[in-house]
Parts: sequence; C-alpha cells; structure tokens
Amino acid sequence: MMISVAHLARFSAPARLARIGVMVAMTALVAACASNSTTDPNAAGLGGANTPGSVAEFQSASVGDRVFFDTDSSEINAQGQAILERQASWLNRYTRYSFTLEGHADERGTREYNFALGARRAEAVKNYLVARGISSARIRTMSYGKERPVATCDDISCWSQNRRVQTVLSGG
Amino acid sequence: MLNPLRLLRPLSFLVGIATALTMPMVSGSPALAQGAGCNAGTLCIDLSPRNFKPMPIAIVDFTGEAGQGAQVASVITNNLKRSGVFEPLDRARFPEQNVAFDATPNFAAWQGIGAQAVLNGRVVREGGRLAVEYRLWEVSTGKAILGQRHGVDAAAWRRLAHLASDAVFERLTGETGFFDTRIVFVDETGPKDKRRKRLAIMDQDGANFLALSSGDELLVTPRYSPRGDRVAFMAFGNGRPRVQVLDLGTGQRNVIGQDGVMSFAPRFAPNAGTLAMSIENNGQANIVAVDLGSRAVRPLTSGGAIDTSPSYSPDGSQIVFESDRGGGQQLYVMGADGGGARRISFGEGRYSTPVWSPKGDFIAFTKQRGGNFAIGIMKPDGSGERILTEGFHNEGPSWAPNGRYIVFFRESGAGAKLHMVDITGRVDVPIPTPNFASDPAWSPLRSAR
Repeated sequence: MMISVAHLARFSAPARLARIGVMVAMTALVAACASNSTTDPNAAGLGGANTPGSVAEFQSASVGDRVFFDTDSSEINAQGQAILERQASWLNRYTRYSFTLEGHADERGTREYNFALGARRAEAVKNYLVARGISSARIRTMSYGKERPVATCDDISCWSQNRRVQTVLSGG
Repeated sequence: MLNPLRLLRPLSFLVGIATALTMPMVSGSPALAQGAGCNAGTLCIDLSPRNFKPMPIAIVDFTGEAGQGAQVASVITNNLKRSGVFEPLDRARFPEQNVAFDATPNFAAWQGIGAQAVLNGRVVREGGRLAVEYRLWEVSTGKAILGQRHGVDAAAWRRLAHLASDAVFERLTGETGFFDTRIVFVDETGPKDKRRKRLAIMDQDGANFLALSSGDELLVTPRYSPRGDRVAFMAFGNGRPRVQVLDLGTGQRNVIGQDGVMSFAPRFAPNAGTLAMSIENNGQANIVAVDLGSRAVRPLTSGGAIDTSPSYSPDGSQIVFESDRGGGQQLYVMGADGGGARRISFGEGRYSTPVWSPKGDFIAFTKQRGGNFAIGIMKPDGSGERILTEGFHNEGPSWAPNGRYIVFFRESGAGAKLHMVDITGRVDVPIPTPNFASDPAWSPLRSAR
C-alpha cells in the first residue's frame, strides 16, 4: 500500500499533464460536439463549451477566460469583476485545475515598463481570486508585456483587446 | 548545429592587431595635426546648430588592390554622408577621377567644384591582410591635414573604411568618431502575434548582419558591456523571463536573474562587474544591483511602484531610472547605492527608458504625449529638454560612444525598424536591417584610442 501511494505521487503529475495536453488539443476538435454526460465536477475536462467543467466551458462566454484593462491601468473594472466572479465560482467548483494568470499590455507603451505592467495586472487578478477563496497554491503568474498581442491592427479596437489577463488552465 | 559566434571570434581577435597597426603614417606628409581637432586657422567644422552647414568633401576612389579601393571609398562616403556633418560631392563632377596616393590633388580644380577637403588613399595587400593609407587635404591651403594607415585581416576590409571615417570625422570636428562600432539588436520575423525574435549583431552601417540566437526563445533588450565583449538581455526560458549575459567571444551564456522571479531591464555599470536590473515581486518592480562575480544582489529601490530601466552615469556614481511612484512614468536620478532619488522630468507626458550619455552631458529618453512617442534628451538635472524626433512610435534610445548620435527603433503599422538621430535633431536616417528590428544597443568603439 505504501509503495503504491508513493508510486502514484511520483507519477501522477506527469501523467495528468500529458492527459491535459491531449485534452486541450482535442477540445478544439470536438468543440462542436456538445456533451452533457459529465456530471462529476472533478471528472476530466474534455468536452465542448456546453460540457460543465471543461476547458472550453471556461473559455466560453458563460465564464470567460480573460479580463481587460483601461490604458496604463491594473484596476479591475466592473466588467472585469463580473468575469472574475464567474471565474472564481467555476474554479471553486472545479478544484482539479491549477492555472496561470498571463498578464499582457498593449503596444502603446515602452517594452520594459510593459513587462512590469503585465505583472501588476496578473497580480491584481490573483489578489481578486484569492479573496474569493481560490488557493494561491493553484495560481501562477506570468507577464508577457507587449510581446504577445492577440489583436494586431493598429488602432484602439485592437489595443484594448491586448490589455488583458488571460487565465490559462492546467491540470484537470 | 553551427554556432554563429564562431564567426565572430576571428574579428574580436583582430581588434588588437588592428589597433597595433593603426599608427600615424609620416612618410612624405607635411606637419600632421594628429587628434588636434578644431584648431584656429585649420579646416574645422563647427557642429553648433546656428552656424552649421555640412562640409563639402570629395572622397576619391582609393587606388591599389583591384576594386577594393573603390569599395573602401564608397563605405567612407556612406558613413560621412549619414553623419549629417559632411556633404560628399558627386563623383561624376570630380575634376580628376584618380589621385595617386603619392600625388598632390589639383586644388584649383577641386576648389572649382566647391570641395573644401579631398580624401585620397590606397589599399595594399600584405599576405592575408589589407592595409589602407590615406591623406586628407585642405583645399584652400593645399596642405595635408591628416595622414594615417590602418591594417586588418582581409575579410574585415570594411573596418579599414570605418577606421578612416573615424579619423576624418575626428580631425574635422574635434569630436570622437563612431563608425568603427557595431549594433546588437533584436531581429524580428513572423506574424505580429507570434513574433520570432533573435539576438542579432551588425556593423553600425547595417553591414555584416549575424544572428546570435535561434529564435526559439523570446529575447529582448540586449545591452553592451562597457568593453563590448558581453551582451546582457532578457530571455524567456521555460519559466519566467530572466536576465542573461552572453559572452561574445566564447558564446557562453550565464543566467543572472534568480529562478522563478522575473528579471528585466539589464544595464552594465561602467566598471563592468556590476549589472543593474529590475526584479518583479507581487506586481512590484524594483531595481537591484548584481555583482557579476559573487552574484550578490543589492536592492537599490523599494516600494510598490514600477521602478525600471536603470542606467549608470559614466563615472558610475549615479543611476537614472524610470518610476511611476508619482503616478505616471517619470525619470529619477539616485546614487548608485540607491537612495536620494530625485525626479528630473517635469514636462507634459510620460518619460521612460532613460539612458545616460557616455559623455555624461545628456540623458536620452522615450517620451509619450498626445498619443505620440518621441525620442529626446535632457541634461542630468532635467533642464534643457530637446525632442529629437516624434511620431506614432519611437522607442528605446541607445548612445553612440561619442555621445552625439542615438540609435532607436521606430514602429510603423507593420513592424519596427532602426533609425539614427543626432543630438541636434538635424540627422534622422534609417539603419538598414534585413528584417524588422528593435531594441538596438550601440557598442563602444572597437579599437581603443
């Protein structure tokens, strides 16, 4: 018994990581195939946006995996609060996930400051989620500054989409 | 896999030899004013904006070694033109296409096309090496006011032109040259949302481009060590991005920042043994000094603000940095051991990326106001602000070693390219790169003076 527990402890994490890798890849493929068969909140996160507890559900409009910020600000606005409330209740329900908060800035700032600004935004989201009962042990933060825009046009409509913190799930 | 740095080693090795061979050439020259600068009564360019006019100069194709002489003259012409200090005359108008190295130019004819100075010379091969010998003539008096010889490995022939350009620039302006230098920068390819960024190096005129990293990792903000033998930068590895130092001679990389903590904005101290940088903790960014020998980390700022982009004064006693401790980004100067920070920027807008001039007289910065990004300079006490260029996006100034020119990157819609301005704002020229380019850093002079 002792041996098998040690065995599990040693090997379960990589095995889970490999599994979630496959699941994330498959999520896109099966996104159209909604399935409501999963009822256990801590079962695997495979499934489309309508599958409770799936990565796709977290990314869909019913939860939302990213919050946006005003120019040069790390304050969480009303819209961001609504999204983070949904994220918090979802993450409190599906405790098998850990996650990375990726902080980003738009390109209308200088590079070094933007790395710090992205980190400050990720930290603001972390503090919000921890205050809603999420264990900080599940949270990793990372700043990409202005290096990874999601929208690449050259006007305000794109810049506002790039000022964001994305919650990227892992584990599950 | 090929290590591109291998290609650099012979060049670094050559610097010593080139320096040893860079000596005054005395044979047959009248009294030469070595390093005399702008003496009263001799040909001299006043660089002060009020009286400034680029000097008309004729650079005659050098003779000797087939074709090489013309190439050397062409590189010199390009250098001097880009400096904004000279107006190289069109060779189609030259009264004589060749002036033998030992011959005296026909000064009356050169005066006829408005030349104030004539440069002629020759390239000679010595085994695997090339040497250049040249004379600079003052047309009005018919005197040779400069005569020099430089030698390098034949493969590095462009350096002959850069060394000669520096000598001409120094003789006629009284300021140190900046042509025998290189620029490290970030080479950018691929779509905007998945940019491939490589560390790259090239000569200051854009020649001899060489990529120093594969592009598999995101890499930004390279900065030269004071002797030009190492480059510090921020790179994304597997975890959080951290500051690393690359030895250009050996290709060896050392991670400086602590694992699990984002470190960024590196800048060498003038003593080269210390590196200032920012570290991030819980959303706060503070500046530390790292002893590169012992790796001891000394905090220089504290608090919840974003303190970043530190840059040492040339004597190493002070650090200029940016902080949003007062609200928006502004520039502050503190002692090199931290403490005593005082704000120096008070203009309208946000100030960032300060860099102390190697001469100590100015601090260059990026300034954001009214939706535009400008490159400017101010004195270390914050007075005398001057905007050198302003537009949609200009960022990240780095000084040429003579403290008169600044390289930076300018974004258009598609991507960034490198540009050079001078401290008067008169000069604004692109520096050619094969792809998009950002985060330039100017090397010190490769040859010791």
